[in-house]
Amino acid sequence: MAASEYRVLPGPEGYLPPAAASMGVELPQRGEALVEGRVVPEEEAMLRIAERLLAARNPVFFPGPTILWAWKEGAAEKARAVLGLMEAVGARAIPMPDYRPKYPMINPAVEINPNHPNLTIWHNRIDVGVFVGVHCHYANVALKIIRGGTDCYTIALCGEMGHEDAMITLRDVDVAKLERLTEVARALATARLLRVEGSGAGG
Amino acid sequence: MTTQQVVAPEYLFFEAERERQFMTGSEAVAEAVKRANIDMAISYPITPQSESMHLVGDLYAKGYLKEYFRGESEFAVMAAVAGAAMGGVRVFTATGGPGTLRAFEMFPTWAGARLPIVCAFLTRAVNAPLSIQPDTLEMAFMLDTGILMFHAENAQDLYDMVLKAFVVAEQTDVHIPVGVFADGFFVTHTREQVAVAPADLKLPPYNPYYAPVPVMDMENVPVRQMRDPFVMKSNFISYAAHASWQQEILAAQERARKHVRRYLGDLLDTEHAEAPVLVMAAGTAVSQSREAVAAARREGLEVGLVKLKSLRPFPREEVRVLARQARALIVPEFNRVGWLSREIKSVVEDTTKVIDGPRVFGGMTMPPELILAQIRRCYA
Repeated sequence: MAASEYRVLPGPEGYLPPAAASMGVELPQRGEALVEGRVVPEEEAMLRIAERLLAARNPVFFPGPTILWAWKEGAAEKARAVLGLMEAVGARAIPMPDYRPKYPMINPAVEINPNHPNLTIWHNRIDVGVFVGVHCHYANVALKIIRGGTDCYTIALCGEMGHEDAMITLRDVDVAKLERLTEVARALATARLLRVEGSGAGG
Repeated sequence: MTTQQVVAPEYLFFEAERERQFMTGSEAVAEAVKRANIDMAISYPITPQSESMHLVGDLYAKGYLKEYFRGESEFAVMAAVAGAAMGGVRVFTATGGPGTLRAFEMFPTWAGARLPIVCAFLTRAVNAPLSIQPDTLEMAFMLDTGILMFHAENAQDLYDMVLKAFVVAEQTDVHIPVGVFADGFFVTHTREQVAVAPADLKLPPYNPYYAPVPVMDMENVPVRQMRDPFVMKSNFISYAAHASWQQEILAAQERARKHVRRYLGDLLDTEHAEAPVLVMAAGTAVSQSREAVAAARREGLEVGLVKLKSLRPFPREEVRVLARQARALIVPEFNRVGWLSREIKSVVEDTTKVIDGPRVFGGMTMPPELILAQIRRCYA
């Protein structure tokens, strides 16, 4: 397969899937995003994220240390914006509070770890997972493992430059961008509700 | 501390008016360090290849660095440099030859720990019988450590590459070490004109909070490596995590391409790239090749020059495209193993086009006539 043909899709991809960057997938520029390895306008990616989250059976956010702790100005505000988004799409959270491998055994019901994220995804039957506030290195380590061993659809809301190994990634995600994504999700949820009512399903 | 004005990297690299000064390669390293807003430099100054770290010590005395000290050995220096980078400071060191090999364990450790260290490697012979003469053999060992590798042709390259290396290394999506390599003696001990930016300008400070790993975190890998696996456990989860971790370092190298293109112009430079015979070289072999190419063209032979500036990331696609239209690729090298030739063969579609050599080593110079003779054989 030519490098440029590589698609970042839900797995299980195999024993040791490659890093998408090594297969020719490049991070998006400002104002752009990645959807399954392809560069798209950011607004289009937001719509795809909202669609995925609203259609999910069990969407779960994985908030990382940079928004779990009020370690700098703006961290708490960003965390609140993430909570608003979770509420809009009906998702719950399983945190990634630190990056230590958890031995002898992780409690997958209450936390996720970048070194064995598949355990939490399998245990909770998570079909859409959202990384937010996780340091980039650990998000990338985890995203490849998830793609290798699970069928979870992964989304990365990155405060820096994005993640090729997620199926959808936004970059430079700040409070304003989270609020915009929440608006998109709410509008889509309303439209879906109206479609259901219009079809007579509501009686 | 000496007062300097912080300016944008782009201004320092491309816009600030430059003054030409006559200096050695070692002095060019020091001039780059002077403008790099470095917090700490650590040296093992006995390595006789280069006086660059002695000169960096002088900069500390003049107030250009916050901290400077000497380690007990090259290994100790490279370990101390890792600690400094984990603590979130911008750090620099230099080594070469046997010093590189003595410290070798630390280079993949730097990369694996996502440390944006910049190190100048002033290369020299490493194999017995002991020699302090120029040779690029150590670069063969460095190719798969995970660090980025730039190869300077001359003192001007060395100045520019050391300065720009910090900016490439510290990008959030890269954040791995950069080794700037220069051929010892040929570059470090000879004087040439080097255009440098005003000494009262410097790069913006390093901000470790944009790093892809937490800074100064004593509870998590990579800072704390021994309490938990990966090293202490034997199970699939540990193996898979370690594998994904290694892949991420290679991914960081890939992401560096766009930054290298932005700051170094490209991963390689070409002259007469359309010629059917191309000389592909790195380091001072480029200078010798340029002389040979000029002489060959005076004889009416169609030959071009490819200067590889970045070896990691390797200009894979660029070399492949150039090789496609050429019928012969001559690869002169200052080492006995021909690591550049191997690299080129690993990416071109027709390896029979690659001509290994000429090669010299052990401190020998490479007369352009050697390369010219090879060019002539391609037209015989």
